[in-house]
Amino acid sequence: MATDISQPRTRAPRPSIGVVEWLRQNLFSNWWNSLISIVLLIIISQVLWGLFRWIIGSEGWIAVASNVRLILLGRYPSAEVWRPQLIVAMASLLLGLSGGIWRGIPLSLAAGFSGIMLLLGFVSFAMPASETPLPISTTLFLFGTAALGAAGIAAAWRLRDMLRWPVVAGWLLLYPVAILILHGSGGDTTIGTNLWGGLLLTLLLSVSGIVLSFPLGILLALGRRSKLPVIKWFCVGYIELIRGVPLVTLLFMASLMLPLFLPAEVRIDAVVRAIVAVTLFSAAYLAENVRGGLQSLPRGQTEAAQALGLNPVQITLLITLPQALRAVLPVLVGQFIALFKDTSLVVIIGLTDLLGAAQAIYTQPQWLGIPGGVWRETFFVVAGIYWVFTFTMSRTARKIESNLNVGR
Amino acid sequence: MAISSASKTTIPFYRDTRILAIIAQVVFALVMMTLFWFLYTQMMRGLDRAGLLPSFNFITQPAGFPISEAAIPFDPSRTYGYAFLVGITNTLRVAFFGIILATLLGVFLGIARLSENWLLRNLATAYVEIVRNVPLLLQLFFWLTMSQSFPRVQDAVDVGGWFYLHNRGITMAWPEATASFTAWLMIWVVLGLLLGVAFYIQRQMEFKRRDRPGVALPWALLIAFGVALLGFFVQGILSQSFPLVLNVPELQRFGFTGGLTMTTNFAALLFGLVIYTAVFIGEIVRSGIQAINKGQREAARALGLTPGQTLRLVIFPQALRIMIPPLTSQYLNLTKNSSLAVAIGFPDLFAVAGTTLNQTGQAVPVIMMVMAAYLSISLLTSLFMNWYNKRIQLVER
Repeated sequence: MATDISQPRTRAPRPSIGVVEWLRQNLFSNWWNSLISIVLLIIISQVLWGLFRWIIGSEGWIAVASNVRLILLGRYPSAEVWRPQLIVAMASLLLGLSGGIWRGIPLSLAAGFSGIMLLLGFVSFAMPASETPLPISTTLFLFGTAALGAAGIAAAWRLRDMLRWPVVAGWLLLYPVAILILHGSGGDTTIGTNLWGGLLLTLLLSVSGIVLSFPLGILLALGRRSKLPVIKWFCVGYIELIRGVPLVTLLFMASLMLPLFLPAEVRIDAVVRAIVAVTLFSAAYLAENVRGGLQSLPRGQTEAAQALGLNPVQITLLITLPQALRAVLPVLVGQFIALFKDTSLVVIIGLTDLLGAAQAIYTQPQWLGIPGGVWRETFFVVAGIYWVFTFTMSRTARKIESNLNVGR
Repeated sequence: MAISSASKTTIPFYRDTRILAIIAQVVFALVMMTLFWFLYTQMMRGLDRAGLLPSFNFITQPAGFPISEAAIPFDPSRTYGYAFLVGITNTLRVAFFGIILATLLGVFLGIARLSENWLLRNLATAYVEIVRNVPLLLQLFFWLTMSQSFPRVQDAVDVGGWFYLHNRGITMAWPEATASFTAWLMIWVVLGLLLGVAFYIQRQMEFKRRDRPGVALPWALLIAFGVALLGFFVQGILSQSFPLVLNVPELQRFGFTGGLTMTTNFAALLFGLVIYTAVFIGEIVRSGIQAINKGQREAARALGLTPGQTLRLVIFPQALRIMIPPLTSQYLNLTKNSSLAVAIGFPDLFAVAGTTLNQTGQAVPVIMMVMAAYLSISLLTSLFMNWYNKRIQLVER
């Protein structure tokens, strides 16, 4: 008797259960679970009610609302806000194009980003004329960015094959171009890094850290697996030394000792010092992650490549490294998340990043009259900003991981 | 013959991988040495300009700064070296209590994430997702600011009479040794321990003889505690005073007398580190338990083990093997993260070193000392954990 395999495959039917049955199974399956559920229900409802009353009733939100620019850009001059806006717009366009080309994860990121921009645009449009009205250009910028993202998706949907390499080139160029735009090219157009701050500085530090530590970390990983003892032990020593000490030590070292290492005429500013420390730190961890990827490859890959007559450099660049990086991509996203959070330590060496902005806000004297201070509101908003970024990234990492596993 | 002629042909040295390897290493070593030599001479020149040639002489000089809380007695007339030691003890104190508390909370969280109670499971998930996505330093600032916004000492919040919250810290009742403490410790506690150990060994031998698993440790502990408790009262009646009395804090005009006061800085640091690290430990525990094959549990149940025995004798020993290496790195992270104390005003190793650096200007020696201290702590912790890991690993053929 032949089985009819032409039928479309369907999932096993889910037993549908009523609300009461669901409650009984999940909350009140025995006396012990019922006790836990009741206690938790009481606590959760109390906490949520308190949170709700605080969010609605607090006077402290004004402190956050009137410091939006400090949170996002630090002391970046208000006349020059168009520069970061330009970069965000470019990033949004690139993200949209990538979404259109590769679909999948980039598409959901692009759509999400444009959606958030659109939402923020409506918020800034609908915001009543408060003490600190947002300039009309901000609203236009938000809507424009959302539109650019959408336009990117639409354009790339049609011209998929034509745009692939230009978009890759665009992403690679974005980092240097962004630095150039933000900093200006000498003369009056220059904006010193001492004025950079807030979310801008946090993003700059973490992106610089990961971008610059990437080549260094890969070299260290290859060096640690090298058969040449001098190179191997140098890399092992570097990696273990860096991983054994806290990031604060490196930040301190960079901010105090880096000026000593350089000739007296060369002055490097605090942000560059922090970037150096973050890069050196991140490279050691990246090296270990990449080494994990290299180790996970079966030996047959290298041996097959050797049999085909590839030389060691070709084997590394064309065979092992690409596969290793692909395998550890989720881990690398995880490391980027850690780095993104760790950049908040630059507060200790006196930079005003996102966390520094929070500190600056709740210590402002004009909020002294508000009972209880404004620290709760400030921390809430700033923690929320950190959270949105890291949560998005960790979800992306999880998706990449499951996509990688599908191919197996 | 072709073969012998091929073997006689000498390979030119620039194609001989053995020689190339040596050349590459020599070049690498030379480049690195040149680089370090350049940096070193630059640094010495820079330090010379500033009139601060590196020296370790400051270690024996008086520090001249106070340390707000020290586990071992300290005053400003002590040396910098001694101050550094105080910093190390403070770091170890935070790390020690932090690791214990974070492990307890983490194990609870990991189990809660696997609970069959929907509410508990999702509450634990929410806690994990909120805490691990926000920078630790932000959380530390939050706890510090919160603890500083408590009422003044005079209006301290009274939690059950034995526990007070105020803006200078947490004051709580704490046991205090009396005259009869030593006698109690030497006689009764030691006796209890000996009895407990003897019982434990006897039971284990019994289990081995009968070739059946059994429960020994809780009973042994009960015996040890029981004897100690009995001695506590016997000693109390004999010498008119209990070996330990609870020192209950009392609010005077200028603050508390008695009890134990934890400063806000210490409390915020410990609390923040525990809350943060517990999340990562919880995830390790959860994935460790989940990684154990379902068949193991089913097989254990089929053999007639109770659910408790299954967890204790089958699931947990195997999960522990998976959990130890990542747990080690979390313990190391907690220790290294305790250096954030410098940002919230707790005098740990790093904060003391920072003050020393500011006063003496000896950046290079001080930073070297700090790095050496953290490296030794990290090394000792990983040595211990590696030893433990080796002990519990599966012995394969």
